[in-house]
Amino acid sequence: MTETVADIALKVRSKNAGPFWVTVDVFCGSPAAFARLSAGLETAAVAALYGQSVQLVKLFDIADLHVIKFSFPRPVVQGAPDDRDMHGAQWAHLLAEAAVA
Amino acid sequence: MPTRVLVPSGVLGLGFDRAALAAGVARRPDIIAIDGGSTDSGPFSLGAGQSKYARAATKSEWAEIMAARRAAAVPLVIGTAGTCGADATVDWMFDITAEIAAETGESLRVARLYSGQPAERVAAALAAGRIRPLTPAPGISAEGLAQMTSIVALAGAEQVQAALATGADIVIAGRTTDTAIIAALPLARGDHAGAAWHGAKIAECGALCSTNPTSGVILVEFDAQGFTVEPLAEGAACTPHSVSAHMLYENADPFILYEPGGHLDVRGARYHALDARRVRVEGSEWVPGPYTVKLEGARVAGYQTTILAILRDPYYVAHARAWVDRLTAFLRATIQRRMGLAPDAYGLEFRLIGVDGALGALENRSGAPVEVGVLGIVTAATQEQASEIGKLINPFVLHYPLTDDEELPTFAFPYSPATTDRGALYAFALNHVMMLDDPMAAFRLTVIEVGA
Repeated sequence: MTETVADIALKVRSKNAGPFWVTVDVFCGSPAAFARLSAGLETAAVAALYGQSVQLVKLFDIADLHVIKFSFPRPVVQGAPDDRDMHGAQWAHLLAEAAVA
Repeated sequence: MPTRVLVPSGVLGLGFDRAALAAGVARRPDIIAIDGGSTDSGPFSLGAGQSKYARAATKSEWAEIMAARRAAAVPLVIGTAGTCGADATVDWMFDITAEIAAETGESLRVARLYSGQPAERVAAALAAGRIRPLTPAPGISAEGLAQMTSIVALAGAEQVQAALATGADIVIAGRTTDTAIIAALPLARGDHAGAAWHGAKIAECGALCSTNPTSGVILVEFDAQGFTVEPLAEGAACTPHSVSAHMLYENADPFILYEPGGHLDVRGARYHALDARRVRVEGSEWVPGPYTVKLEGARVAGYQTTILAILRDPYYVAHARAWVDRLTAFLRATIQRRMGLAPDAYGLEFRLIGVDGALGALENRSGAPVEVGVLGIVTAATQEQASEIGKLINPFVLHYPLTDDEELPTFAFPYSPATTDRGALYAFALNHVMMLDDPMAAFRLTVIEVGA
């Protein structure tokens, strides 16, 4: 069975980084999970999940903390008429449920 | 000279551990600093110039912090007063302060630092090529700036230092960066600049950088080489992991932080445990750059009326999407016929709670919900028009059938009236920086004595 990010990582969270950006932190919890997820998570796949252009997705592999961080412009600006999630915290679940190659 | 900054909490209005605050005062801090807001809850606060927290909660917490200041006999500074740091919320916070001073009978010197920007100033800077867009930035023009209900600039350490230099007991600052109120004094006293900004970033959310995030109170000691951070609540601890992980929080880039006059680079930072609860950090670097201040602005993007219906009938639950699509087409035509409004003259949207309410088009899962909430949102040019559209669609949201050859259904409305007028919908309208020659050129400082 295909594993998801949530199956491997300790926790995935997302939050606004100002009104125009959102940041998703994947807390892997161990060097092994960090190695597995940094190899198995493609920036392009993350961009597609959030309907973003891959050029706008910043990826940070933070080995010391076993954290993988993705930051990108919010799919909609915070508070815009079509914004559904003012704090951007529920977007984490899209990545948590994504399959890992 | 080492500088101790006591941070009671990540934001005024969310509470803190009283015993920990008393323990912090006993440590003889040089200043007490607390944040009063952020953009986190959306554009309403800035747009309307109102605090999002209850006045009663703000006043009771502020009274306790003012008492801590009195005991410590040091300055107290609040940044981004009243959630958004607009001039109106600085004055709101000042009124609360004066009220408390009158009640306790203390005399205080209170400085107010205003961050509000007249549209003409920003328009002049725009014309002079002194406004730069960040990514992504909404388009701006002099006309657009004039229509904004509120524009603020984020003050940095220099403006907070100017306010402290007045000899104020309390500084009520408008919009500042979250870090500036903490970094200002260590920087003024010549502590390590990289450490001042990095320690400020770590402490700006209070105890969120510790193992007991809700306890609030944090003490940071800055010196010529670095900083030491410790939580003051019983049982709370800072660890190299809890401290370094805080750089991830609400930060697009965990290593670089832009501030007025330069940026912080923490790629070389080393974190080590002094004991089970204190962490020492050295090696962060401050890189000076051009003096720019970030701008925030809000405008009215329309007025809204909402309606909520709940589908429990399994047939309608199973066909909720088809039902709202058919309903929307019918309502668009009805609104055009009865009100003469073209479909692009207003917004009408139905969100399906239980199907994809939070994620919309990004949702990639489906299930079989027991019930579906249908949240109708009308956005129009005036509240009167939005309310009128709300009343017009109300009976159809209640009774509209999925097909022509069935009995009229009746869905569950939780309210009477079924519609709710939401007032103005505000939108963030700036993601830009403004260049300044003199840091105080876009900020205003007033000092007044209050109390006995």
